[in-house]
Amino acid sequence: MPEVSRVDLTPAAADLIRRLRADHGPLMFHQSGGCCDGSAPMCYLEGEFRTGASDVLLASLTVDGVGEPVTFWMSASQFDRWRHTHLTVDVVPGRGSGFSLEAPEGVRFLIRSRLLTDAERAALDG
Amino acid sequence: MTRHAAPGQPDALMAYEQRYDHWIGGEYVPPQRGRYFENPTPVTGQTFTEIARGTAEDVERALDAAHGAAPAWGRTSAAERANILNRIADRMEQNLERLAVAETWENGKPIRETLAADIPLAIDHFRYFAGAIRAQEGSLSEIDADTVAYHFQEPLGVVAQIIPWNFPILMATWKLAPALAAGNAVVLKPAEQTPASIHYWMSLVADLLPPGVLNIVNGFGVEAGKPLASSARVAKVAFTGETTTGRLIMQYASENIKPVTLELGGKSPNIFFDDVSSADDEFFDKALEGFTMFALNQGEVCTCPSRALIQQGHYRRFLEAAVERTEKIVRGHPLDLATMVGAQASNDQLEKILSYLDIGRQEGAKVLTGGHRADLGGELSGGYYVEPTIFEGANHMRVFQEEIFGPVVSVTSFTDFDDAIKIANDTLYGLGAGVWTRDVNKAYRAGRAIQAGRVWTNCYHAYPAHAAFGGYKQSGIGRETHKMMLDHYQQTKNLLVSYSPSKLGFF
Repeated sequence: MPEVSRVDLTPAAADLIRRLRADHGPLMFHQSGGCCDGSAPMCYLEGEFRTGASDVLLASLTVDGVGEPVTFWMSASQFDRWRHTHLTVDVVPGRGSGFSLEAPEGVRFLIRSRLLTDAERAALDG
Repeated sequence: MTRHAAPGQPDALMAYEQRYDHWIGGEYVPPQRGRYFENPTPVTGQTFTEIARGTAEDVERALDAAHGAAPAWGRTSAAERANILNRIADRMEQNLERLAVAETWENGKPIRETLAADIPLAIDHFRYFAGAIRAQEGSLSEIDADTVAYHFQEPLGVVAQIIPWNFPILMATWKLAPALAAGNAVVLKPAEQTPASIHYWMSLVADLLPPGVLNIVNGFGVEAGKPLASSARVAKVAFTGETTTGRLIMQYASENIKPVTLELGGKSPNIFFDDVSSADDEFFDKALEGFTMFALNQGEVCTCPSRALIQQGHYRRFLEAAVERTEKIVRGHPLDLATMVGAQASNDQLEKILSYLDIGRQEGAKVLTGGHRADLGGELSGGYYVEPTIFEGANHMRVFQEEIFGPVVSVTSFTDFDDAIKIANDTLYGLGAGVWTRDVNKAYRAGRAIQAGRVWTNCYHAYPAHAAFGGYKQSGIGRETHKMMLDHYQQTKNLLVSYSPSKLGFF
């Protein structure tokens, strides 16, 4: 039975993570909010973006072929407004993305969302 | 003429070059690593030019040029700098239609907006800061009869500016005009989605600025933006974008103990009190236009009025009229003078908007109009078009809480004044807001109670120079479009002078 989670990856996202990991090193995500390239997940070298008490770790994603988990973070205030939804990181052709690592590849990470079921929420929120 | 010819066509007003390198030290310099990326127009999805893919080496070269130019530029008189800004404005005015075509082709926005808003506002902005720097004065404080403190404004030196893609020329102007007026040299990185129009602008004004005063390095955020924002050689970083990159830029700046100004977006409420509908008159019509402003610039505005709060007493009537007004929006070719809503700026932007149309429906928001990608046929089928969309729902839904940056408004109702303010302020952001009422006392109280940097009162989406623009809460730091922005580009030098021959007597 698959584990209940807040964040999943599409196969295309997992592929891209493998490539970025090989080119750059261990990776992390921080979900952005706000304008322009916002409301989108930003992918950085692990530790490049300093998380702190104002952030929540939503997931440590396991990716085949990647030796360490890829962490997925969001600011706590934003998480309050997102916590009822399940997030899937996908990839689309695209152009820019703040300082996110994938942009020069001509692609962009994107979040697809669905509502968490009652059972999932009970399991995740205790 | 009802439609302008696309850039490069035989009867077009302007043409883009086949390629743009970096503008460094008053000349075009190829990228050190020799790489370029394609720049498509969102109108058709077709590539129209290629752009240098800058890296840290190119940024260093631009910083060298800026540091070479900054001391002399900083010593020029305010009159001289003001004259140059005025000449830039004049040159832009002489080429207004060409700039409008260039901007529309690169960004996808309708030409009626670039002709009437983007470019005229940019022109006025240069003139405003030309005037502001002439009128700026230092101050002095008389500490006692023989001691005077003089305060001088001095330029910071070399500053970094990272520009968004939603108003490429206007947003560059918001940052360039005060920085140049204050005597700084600039290294500017345009957005990788819209890197070309600023180079067309540069081709019109290059002879007016001394070499090295303004340098443009193209490229992706991670490859060119990061080395610029994290450089110890810049005295300040100005950024418009989103929260995560804003935080990252603050982190880099903290390593160098440098100031930042940030504009990071919003989820602006647009509040319509019952009395708006008390008469079917000119004001009612204006308020309906104010509602429909969510579709201006395809919703790709940090202050998009993306939450409409309508009081219960006139909720059904007003909303019905608002849907009708929205459905009258003319969509079409962005270079067509009749088009009101053009193309979203990029494919990933289109995909993000569609993902929000999806989660909005899943959360139970009702689609009152729109809700889909639009296929406008012909060559436009390859472009990025979305139907203007009205959601009806509740403020806790994600489509009410997150900036979609598309032509999408989420509507809900409120009972009374306190309820309106509570909903309006129930957001992480505080950039813009709108208040619509015939009762000036209520308008004033609402404007003061809303936690946002700009409250449009019985108007929306006006961006005149001389009205301060900037965010509360997570929407950023600093105020643009006002002379107070000069402070963000200047140091204060205090000379504390004694005119007394007498010693203190301590030693």
